[in-house]
Amino acid sequence: MSSQAIELRTFSKSDLKGFFVSFATPILGVLIFLMLWSFLAPKVVTSLGAVPGPKQVYSQFEALLVEHKDERQKQVAFYERQETRNAKKLAKDPEATIKVRQYAGNPTFFDQIITSVVTVMAGFLLASLIAIPIGIVAGLSKTVYAALNPLVQIFKPVSPLAWLPIVTMIVSATYVTSDDAWFDKSFLNSAITVLLCCLWPTIISTAVGVTNVSKDLQNVSHVLRLSWWTHVRKIVLPSAIPMIFTGLRLSLGIAWMVLIAAEMLSQNPGLGKFVWDEFQNGSSNSLGRIMVAVVVIGLIGFLLDRIMLYLQKKVSWDKSVALR
Amino acid sequence: MEKVHLELTGVNMDFPTPSGSFRALENVNLKIKKGEFVSIIGHSGCGKSTVLNIIAGLYQATAGGVVLNGKEVTVPGPERAMVFQNHSLLPWLTAYENVELAVKTIFKGTKSKAEMREWIEHNMQLVHMEHALHKRPDEISGGMKQRVGIARALAMEPEVLLLDEPFGALDALTRAHLQDSVMEIQADLGNTMMMVTHDVDEAVLLSDRIVMMTNGPSATVGEILDVNIPFPRERIATSESKQYNHCRHEVLRFLYERHGKKAEELTEDETIDETAVNSSLDDSEENPVVDFKESQQIKKKVA
Repeated sequence: MSSQAIELRTFSKSDLKGFFVSFATPILGVLIFLMLWSFLAPKVVTSLGAVPGPKQVYSQFEALLVEHKDERQKQVAFYERQETRNAKKLAKDPEATIKVRQYAGNPTFFDQIITSVVTVMAGFLLASLIAIPIGIVAGLSKTVYAALNPLVQIFKPVSPLAWLPIVTMIVSATYVTSDDAWFDKSFLNSAITVLLCCLWPTIISTAVGVTNVSKDLQNVSHVLRLSWWTHVRKIVLPSAIPMIFTGLRLSLGIAWMVLIAAEMLSQNPGLGKFVWDEFQNGSSNSLGRIMVAVVVIGLIGFLLDRIMLYLQKKVSWDKSVALR
Repeated sequence: MEKVHLELTGVNMDFPTPSGSFRALENVNLKIKKGEFVSIIGHSGCGKSTVLNIIAGLYQATAGGVVLNGKEVTVPGPERAMVFQNHSLLPWLTAYENVELAVKTIFKGTKSKAEMREWIEHNMQLVHMEHALHKRPDEISGGMKQRVGIARALAMEPEVLLLDEPFGALDALTRAHLQDSVMEIQADLGNTMMMVTHDVDEAVLLSDRIVMMTNGPSATVGEILDVNIPFPRERIATSESKQYNHCRHEVLRFLYERHGKKAEELTEDETIDETAVNSSLDDSEENPVVDFKESQQIKKKVA
């Protein structure tokens, strides 16, 4: 009986510890941060008033939500008006030509979020489609690696923002937009800039992963005389998956940071533009709104990484490795 | 039956090292008959595995060559299937899929899907692994992995089955079971088999002939011992026979008296070997620690 009691106690003790580590401690960390923030922020006074604390930032978030709903209502109302007007016209004269116009209201904060996420995913996916095959070929062939290495090493440290003017000029010179074009120019500019910064980490990681395919497995492939394509599919790719994902996650993280900066710099629609507009706007609410954006940018970046981690866990064959 | 099946003639092997070329093997000559079981035994670093790798085609001999069925061997191929020391199963495939990869590659166009399936299952039965067809390598024990490795090699219908210290990393009991399995398979199929080992008992129990190699550098065939014990050999009864003990004694005498490393020489030798030379030779030590093997493989790449 007594031994049982002891066992029970030790069990609950370790259980409690687990609870602390996985739940209580992170929450505590956030709470301490919020306390420090709300204590220190009012002490810094800027030309736009005191730096907002967490409470003011939250109220700005609510205000942004309200704005978004209002804007949506306006949009719905606009289309309704347009429809009734057109219906009237048609009732008078069935042959009348009717015009359907797009609603041209201001994009809200939430519209900007969607724009940014779509842009980053487009650039990232395209970059991955290019970078993974290049990485595999570079990993398999010493010659290709030697040829690519200097280029990768030189372009990797270049801030993608330096590319931005070049990308903008090339896009506006080569991509002729019409009203029913698939993409806006600004979207292409941002996506290509993101693409340029996503390439390098993925290429390097993939190449490293491919070069490190175990010698034993390569021998198996030799003995079986696997064709190049089967060798890549059955041996190289599965071996390199962990490293490929390391590269992809690095790329996506950088991509998200770069996109915000690119949007700020080039005034392309997205969260970056929102931040810049608020900064230029300079109202008493601006700092709070920018902080909302900062938190949202952080949360989305975190979410994107979690999605990649989830994918990696799905694809990874080695379930025993703790992925984080 | 008595015709020469596999022949090594004047095989030299040089490895480039930072301090110049290193001669691992010199003038290795061997003639192997069809259906024979030949073991290669020698001290660590003497190039046993190099011989096997040359036969497999994974290494190219610097001079001399290998002839199988009257044709020279230069590249690896499934007719010289290899059982690797650390199983070398693809960790992302199940046991069945591992064998399937080999079967699909080799019998593409000659066997139907159903025939392939039957053939895979047949080979898994040969190694007594039919109960774990759909387990992945990390879900089965070391001995079971090695069994799957043998099944994969057998499924290639090889002319010669090459075994590179196949049981080196296993515990004694598991090793005994696998040795019995290999003897059973050889009795059934009559494959020509070549095995590298450093276990004297294993060599005597399994082999028709034991090739004893001198120490490197410039290792070569020292002596060849015929093991005249009739098959089937039952482990316990055989181990008591006079013949068995005679053979065992002969091998030990060769290894420790004629080509044993002297105590003071040993330490020095080992340090030189390990750093500069051994990295490109066989990387098998008594100690089957995985980390060690990996570090050796890294060294191999550097070299």
